Amino acid sequence: MTWAIDLQNITREFTVRRPRRVVRAVDDLTLQVADGEAVGFVGANGAGKSTTIKMLTGILMPTRGTVRVLGRRPVPERRHLAREIGVVFGQRSQLWWDLPLRDSFAILGSMHRLAPSAQAARLARLVEGLDLAPFLDQPVRQLSLGQRMRGEVAAALLHSPRLVVLDEPTIGLDMISKEGLRRFLVEDRAERGTTLLLTTHDMADVERLCERIVVVSDGRTAYDGTLAGLRDSLRTPRELVVDLAAPLGVLELPEGAQTVAVEAGGIRHRIRFHAAEHSAAALLARITAQAEVADLSMAEPAIEDLVREIFARRP
Amino acid sequence: MVRTLYGSRIRAQLSYRASFAADAGSQALLSIIEFLELWVILGHVDTFGGLTLVQVMVVFGLASAAFAIADLAFGEIDGLSTYIRSGKLETLLVRPVPLLLQISSLDLSLRRLGRFVVGIAMYITALVLAGFDPTPATMVLAILAPVIGGGIFSALFVMAGALQFWLIDGREFANAFTYGGNYVAQNPAAVFALPMRALFTFVIPASLVAYAPTLVLLDLPGPMLVPTWAGWLGLPVALLAWMLALLLWRAGVRRYTGAGG
Amino acid sequence: MPAYGTLAAATFRQYSTYRVATAAGVFTNSVFGLIRVSILLAALDASGQEIGGYTALQAATYVWLGQALLAPIEAFGTRTIGERVRTGEIAVDLLRPAPLLAVHLAQKVGRAGFLLLGRGLPPLLVGVLVTGLALPESPWSYPLGILSVALAILVSFLADAIVNLSAFWLVEMRGFQTLYMVVMNLLSGFLIPITWFPSWLESLARITPFPSMVQTPIDALSGRITPAEALVGIGLQILWAGILALVAQAMVRAGTRSLEVQGG
Repeated sequence: MTWAIDLQNITREFTVRRPRRVVRAVDDLTLQVADGEAVGFVGANGAGKSTTIKMLTGILMPTRGTVRVLGRRPVPERRHLAREIGVVFGQRSQLWWDLPLRDSFAILGSMHRLAPSAQAARLARLVEGLDLAPFLDQPVRQLSLGQRMRGEVAAALLHSPRLVVLDEPTIGLDMISKEGLRRFLVEDRAERGTTLLLTTHDMADVERLCERIVVVSDGRTAYDGTLAGLRDSLRTPRELVVDLAAPLGVLELPEGAQTVAVEAGGIRHRIRFHAAEHSAAALLARITAQAEVADLSMAEPAIEDLVREIFARRP
Repeated sequence: MVRTLYGSRIRAQLSYRASFAADAGSQALLSIIEFLELWVILGHVDTFGGLTLVQVMVVFGLASAAFAIADLAFGEIDGLSTYIRSGKLETLLVRPVPLLLQISSLDLSLRRLGRFVVGIAMYITALVLAGFDPTPATMVLAILAPVIGGGIFSALFVMAGALQFWLIDGREFANAFTYGGNYVAQNPAAVFALPMRALFTFVIPASLVAYAPTLVLLDLPGPMLVPTWAGWLGLPVALLAWMLALLLWRAGVRRYTGAGG
Repeated sequence: MPAYGTLAAATFRQYSTYRVATAAGVFTNSVFGLIRVSILLAALDASGQEIGGYTALQAATYVWLGQALLAPIEAFGTRTIGERVRTGEIAVDLLRPAPLLAVHLAQKVGRAGFLLLGRGLPPLLVGVLVTGLALPESPWSYPLGILSVALAILVSFLADAIVNLSAFWLVEMRGFQTLYMVVMNLLSGFLIPITWFPSWLESLARITPFPSMVQTPIDALSGRITPAEALVGIGLQILWAGILALVAQAMVRAGTRSLEVQGG
């Protein structure tokens, strides 16, 4: 197995002044990401995500532990590595503020020494996939957040990197922009087999883009596996909302499932249950035996809730 | 690649023609008004630091032109602390191009050409008026002096920028050596008391930018610590200063990434 | 009114936390002071007599007081109001119940208070150690000098506010601000005393508010001019403060109207 990202027991400490003390942002973290894998890297603010990303991209050296990214040591080989990775820092623009978007791509293309024909072909693909054509000639400062973020992603992918690191790429975007961005990232990965590491607060990003989720808390790995597995292992309750055809005061439910609210005079019932104990289908069958169901929906716990749950369980 | 980097900045700035003209114009005026200080003083005395008005103009013009070159290429580097605080530096670090080259091209501000034009015009005019009598060697020195001086100031800017990796809030500290160096370079070094003259010759080589070459070009005797032949030292000093500046810069980047040092 | 006091006190506290920046500023200020003193002393030495009514000690005192005033009068200009006008955020400020200029003046008072102590006193100390300072003969010079410094800060605040407020009508501010800074540094007598100027340039300077920002307070405090002369200078400072306040206020009103016309 070749690892795109191979972090072995890395620790990063910072010295903070006033009062003078050492803060451990990342604490003995081990993480391996295989070539071509897509990993969602989540955690609360301050959990150590950004510090880890800085260590993989060569911005920061770990205090202890070893880091290999695409077989290279990031800090000493930073400029070599930069040719093979694409990074988007959601909160910071890498585009030239006062230049048209097109010029930013031209500059980045020459920084990466792309052949003109290859660059033109790649840019055409990005313009089409991310729908950049309408604002390609506008100065970046005039773009909306959604337009700018698509530009940022295109800038990070221009040199066809083997590893793509996206730090909060969908923060602040509306639903349509988010969806467009996700669709393209899925397509591009399918075409080129890129490795993807994504940090986000949005569960849907992980669901759409990643096979694997790694949760960090206090600088350590708190969970590493599939998203479904995370939900099950945490026994976070799911919520089933049913709208009945005719009002009914009380629904009889199996042990463990409970009605948390009855609304609209007995029409809408909110029921909480654990996936490990009941399947949603069995629960629904039990309900339809008692009343006619007109409509239903399921609410999944948000990523933040999952992370909070992990915190609560740590000793 | 270098051409694309700088070219894009130049095009962006020329696209706002009116504001570029106003900016460059006020920079030109700025250096003229700076010169008024020396002009007023020379209204009261015949020679200042042993030089006449025209000879002082050679020094001032040469120093201004040299500083303008450095300011054009590296003037905004003392804003590095802003990049560090805002995290902009991180986006520069994940590109496959040396950081210094990126920062230099990112902030290239052409308005500083205004200062260069005034400086070089004053330098050439004053040289002629002062009776510059060139030999082949002094002619070469006369032509190269603004560029070499620009190299010395550029190295000072890079060092000033590098210091901010250690002293994020210390931006102004570095100004003492960059802008202060410029202020000293514009004056005949003979006006400074010995400790200051030594500081601004051996530590911050400001007096080697304009004053010492002027002594050679106009065949004048030098004061203590700055003999006439020091006018030929510009090039080796510029190279040495750049070597130190690059070492300091690399140490600064290593400190930022936490890679020891 | 207590609101303004709170604002001034908060600004004072905020600035007093910038310790490294203050130390760096003091260092640079002192280096520039040494350079300027060298230049003026060399000129006096070459002339062998007083220039423009200054002896060597008075010229050195002039430089150190000028370096001390540099930060409090913010001789390099400020950007805050102009930036807020440019981005349109000024509309929010204008909606507040407190008048725009009063709010900024309160902040300025807090800032100037800190800058006088933190950035003003150290260069004087360097001056005492390196060249010595000329002290006034009349005890009246001290209160008059301190009053004149306060007025100088007010006059330069108002002039700077006018420059910033012109952002309501000027699209490109930077060139204009640079130009203002350069003219102010020269005509205020910051670079060299205006009595050293050729007479036409001195006359030109005297009809502007600029000498009220640097030349007048330095001369009053150092006792180079008599208390009676200082009183005249203070009268002129008050006159200029009045005129500039009226202009600035008129600009705020006209700017508010132009915002209303554009619909914010």
